[in-house]
Amino acid sequence: MSTASLGLRQGGLEIRQFLRSREQVMFTLAFPAIMILVFGSIFTGEIGAGVKFTQYFVTGMIATGLMTAGFQALAIQIPMERDRGVLKRLLGTPMPKWVYFAGKVLMVAFIAVLETAILLAVAALLFGLDLPDSGAKWLTFLWVSVLGITACTLCGVAFSSLARTGRSAPAVVTPVALILQFTSGVFFVFTSLPTWMQNVAAIFPLKWMCQGLRAVFLPESFGAREPAGSYELGRVALVLGLWCVVALVLCLTTFRWTTRRDG
Amino acid sequence: MVDREAAIRVRGLRKVYGARAAVDGIDLDVAAGEIFALLGPNGAGKTTTVEILEGYRRRDGGEVTVLGVDPAVATGRRAAADPAARGWRRRIGIVLQGTGEFDELTVGEVVRHFARFYPDADDPAAVIDRVGLTGKVTARTHTLSGGQKRRLDVALGIVGRPDLLFLDEPTTGFDPEARREFWGLVRDLRATGTTIVLTTHYLEEAEALADRVGVIAGGRLIALDTPRQLGNRDSALATVSWRTPDGTWHRTESAAPTAVVTDLAARFDGEVPGLTVTRPTLEDVYLDMIGAR
Repeated sequence: MSTASLGLRQGGLEIRQFLRSREQVMFTLAFPAIMILVFGSIFTGEIGAGVKFTQYFVTGMIATGLMTAGFQALAIQIPMERDRGVLKRLLGTPMPKWVYFAGKVLMVAFIAVLETAILLAVAALLFGLDLPDSGAKWLTFLWVSVLGITACTLCGVAFSSLARTGRSAPAVVTPVALILQFTSGVFFVFTSLPTWMQNVAAIFPLKWMCQGLRAVFLPESFGAREPAGSYELGRVALVLGLWCVVALVLCLTTFRWTTRRDG
Repeated sequence: MVDREAAIRVRGLRKVYGARAAVDGIDLDVAAGEIFALLGPNGAGKTTTVEILEGYRRRDGGEVTVLGVDPAVATGRRAAADPAARGWRRRIGIVLQGTGEFDELTVGEVVRHFARFYPDADDPAAVIDRVGLTGKVTARTHTLSGGQKRRLDVALGIVGRPDLLFLDEPTTGFDPEARREFWGLVRDLRATGTTIVLTTHYLEEAEALADRVGVIAGGRLIALDTPRQLGNRDSALATVSWRTPDGTWHRTESAAPTAVVTDLAARFDGEVPGLTVTRPTLEDVYLDMIGAR
């Protein structure tokens, strides 16, 4: 069997495992949609310039969903698999190492697409979300999402080496994700945050994912309200690209297949 | 495998953790086609030694060749460029100490998937049958009992038709019947030419299966022999015990038990009540060796 199809098979297996764990499916796929239901019901007005709150928050929810699927899921799941000896066992077979990661990437991509589609459908049906109205905007949507989830996935794999045990992984990962959500413009309008907080958030990918998605879902004119006076798509690509490179280097140098007690 | 070269060759193996030498100069040869059992108390350096052979750990000193290749090279960064190193993993099967779990996948899915890693894999259904899990093909792995999970581990270890199979405490959690069945499976594998390195805490398992037994204690190989001859068992004093008509038990140790029995037979004029003649069991000599008695 060719190694390329081995990667696809691995992805198929990962997706099947995901779909069979009911709690995970419910939580992962429905969470962003539930969040937009809550936010959309609380904030019914406009931010200004003819932009509804829902229209603004949906960008944060998409970005959060991508981060959950890539970063949080892997940074928790990989240490658990390491603890259970799944990684050690795979290491003892002739499976090329990249096949394992290919499987994770395919699973993340599958979840991200499904989850985003559900979120957009709920927001469009219940809150009258305006979907992107030009090919160029859909294209921006695509590259921001792909670049964002790539950065998140790589960060998740890199982060997986930090947790000592599978049990401690959620405790290590969840606060990071939560703080980023509060400071990156997911739960609040980004420009309403203190400047220092904006500056700290600007180091991390989530802020740039939200900003890139605002360029897709908000009017061109709203860009003037961004901190830099525009959506800065060039900088979005640059920062997310840099995170991909840094996280990839970390993955390659620090990834552990065995637990510490394995030596 | 047709060549009778050494499957494993170890010289002066050392592994140090901090200031403590976990493995302190081990020499070992395992012939192709042999079943070799490694015994030793926990923390004696058994698992460290085996994991160095398996390519999981790096050694600090000595020479190691497994199927003609240095495991450190076969699993190192340059392995991809070395054809011999690349093929190495395909020729080795590993059954680790703990059971790995695969969550929501079924027995059949996991075995079929692992089979794809090997160019010359066995038929997954046949392998599942050999380990006695045919009735569990569609069961999720997390629903299996401890012994069934262990059988799945074994299935994954042999599905690639390895030339060399490592079994690390394979029958922990087996009931006696399952253990006997498993021994049959190991003998079948040997019959097809597979070399087997077995670590176990069950002395009767080593005795039933192994051609030779090595005992590791304190990071050193303190004994190496056939199970029959380990610790000079075969020439050790035999214990003869019997009962006299008043109900008292008697026992005597002797280098010439046959003479003792002949003598007794004459005294009792025929059948000696409760007669037994025993030599030290493998467990007896093992416990003596590691200083546990």
